[in-house]
Amino acid sequence: MKYMLLINSAGTEEAEQACEASAEDWMAYDKAVREAGIYVDAHSLADLTTATTVRVNAGGERVVTDGPFAETREVLGGYYVIDVPDLDVALDWAARCPGATGGGSVVVRPIAEFEV
Amino acid sequence: MTGASAEDVAAVFREERGRLLAALVRRFGDLDLAEEVTSEAVEAALVRWPADGVPPKPGAWLMTTARRRAVDRLRRDKAYAARLALLQVEADRAAPAAGGGELPDERLQLFFTCAHPALNADDRVALTLRCLAGLATPQVARAFLVPEATMAKRIVRAKKKIREARVPFRAPDPEELPARLPGVLQVIYSIFTEGYAASAGPDLQRPGLAEEAIRLARILRRLLPAEREVAGLLGLMLLIHARRDARTGPDGTPILLDEQDRSRWDRTMIEEGLRLVPVALTGGPPGPYGVQAAIAALHDEAADVATTDWPQIVALYDVLLALAPSPIVELNRAVAVALRDGPEAGLALLDALAGEPRLRGYAPYPAARGDLLRRLGRLPGAAAAYREALAWAGTEPERAHLRRRLADLTCPFTVPAPGAGENTLDQKPADLI
Repeated sequence: MKYMLLINSAGTEEAEQACEASAEDWMAYDKAVREAGIYVDAHSLADLTTATTVRVNAGGERVVTDGPFAETREVLGGYYVIDVPDLDVALDWAARCPGATGGGSVVVRPIAEFEV
Repeated sequence: MTGASAEDVAAVFREERGRLLAALVRRFGDLDLAEEVTSEAVEAALVRWPADGVPPKPGAWLMTTARRRAVDRLRRDKAYAARLALLQVEADRAAPAAGGGELPDERLQLFFTCAHPALNADDRVALTLRCLAGLATPQVARAFLVPEATMAKRIVRAKKKIREARVPFRAPDPEELPARLPGVLQVIYSIFTEGYAASAGPDLQRPGLAEEAIRLARILRRLLPAEREVAGLLGLMLLIHARRDARTGPDGTPILLDEQDRSRWDRTMIEEGLRLVPVALTGGPPGPYGVQAAIAALHDEAADVATTDWPQIVALYDVLLALAPSPIVELNRAVAVALRDGPEAGLALLDALAGEPRLRGYAPYPAARGDLLRRLGRLPGAAAAYREALAWAGTEPERAHLRRRLADLTCPFTVPAPGAGENTLDQKPADLI
């Protein structure tokens, strides 16, 4: 069963700087995920200030805006997709993720499976 | 064997339903399917047993019937059938068939699934009542005073999450148990609390729920005999529930601890609770349920409020505060201090809690202040406190009680003599965390 771990960092810059896990922590975590044979995919996202939002309105017109900006307390900073037997195992991996500490959080979402 | 009455069948069913469901969930890995065939097996029993008699091994009979129905259903449903093949292999590898035809007890896994932290807290309670206490959805809805459709939606939502997020049916490993067990105990205790001190509605007590909670704790105690907090929780509930008949007057209004007719307390239940307290408190550091059971035991052993061991109760509240800090525990401790050292000392502690957000809207807080102010002769302050409590009280009997307190204040002849008519908060079960 595949789960996406959505890694949210604490919204404010101060909190981010104060609590951010070290690069070594992330490398160790990434290595552990790969060695456990559960790795499917993972990416870290560039800073939110580089984000652009696209909407297509009812008239078919494309509306492009800068942002979004960090209005919420947490900002999506990256994700992992892992393949594990059940939710308990997924939650264990989420808890080990450096992004879950220091005011950040990891949201665990099952990947929908469609029967063919 | 001769025919059995519908009541006999229902009683057997209630005992066996949880076990049956747990075993079927384990075998088929699907709560919906397990529930469906459990119900079908029971319907079959309700038809057959009154005519043929209850079979010698009712559990095995129900299991065989349910399993046959499940296999029939899987034959009709290809998606399920593919899963069955896989699950059957896994299940057989995991648990070799038990000899003797009786079901292995797999309810522990079901307890942990129903109380899984990934589920919404209300849903955990609903699922536990349904899957382990064997209540039907309308009964669970009635118990929590919500419309049946709301409760049905809640249960469907929880089962969908279990299925689609794949919440496993497993009991935690020994090293995970300390982190996971409190969640299961919390579910049982919140069922009890709702039954003991209903948060809303016409009645103060709904004893059916309290008894369900006690029944669930007994099952859990058999499944986890070495866990001292399970013993503590069962002891706590027994020691509080023993006072049920004395807690309300004929008109349904609450009677506080100092005015209860203690001869109406259930001695047998108290004895059983008292035997569990040392089990809960020895062999390791105390847990919050064990300490609360010890406090309840001191109340239950005392002949009246005057001879209650208040210094010991205050000391136990100190232990409880260290284990599980909470403004509600602080409130209970302040009332105990008032009885140990006098109303002035208790009031100072209560006033120090004034800014607590968790006591905002919690009627026992201003009610306790009102009682202490009244004992100090500060009647306008007492009246204001009772009025605040009146606005926050959730049940009609509580409101009636507070209105009477308020009326007593304005009648000069009923001002209590010093030391008489002491008012004690009945030890109200409160969520710890």
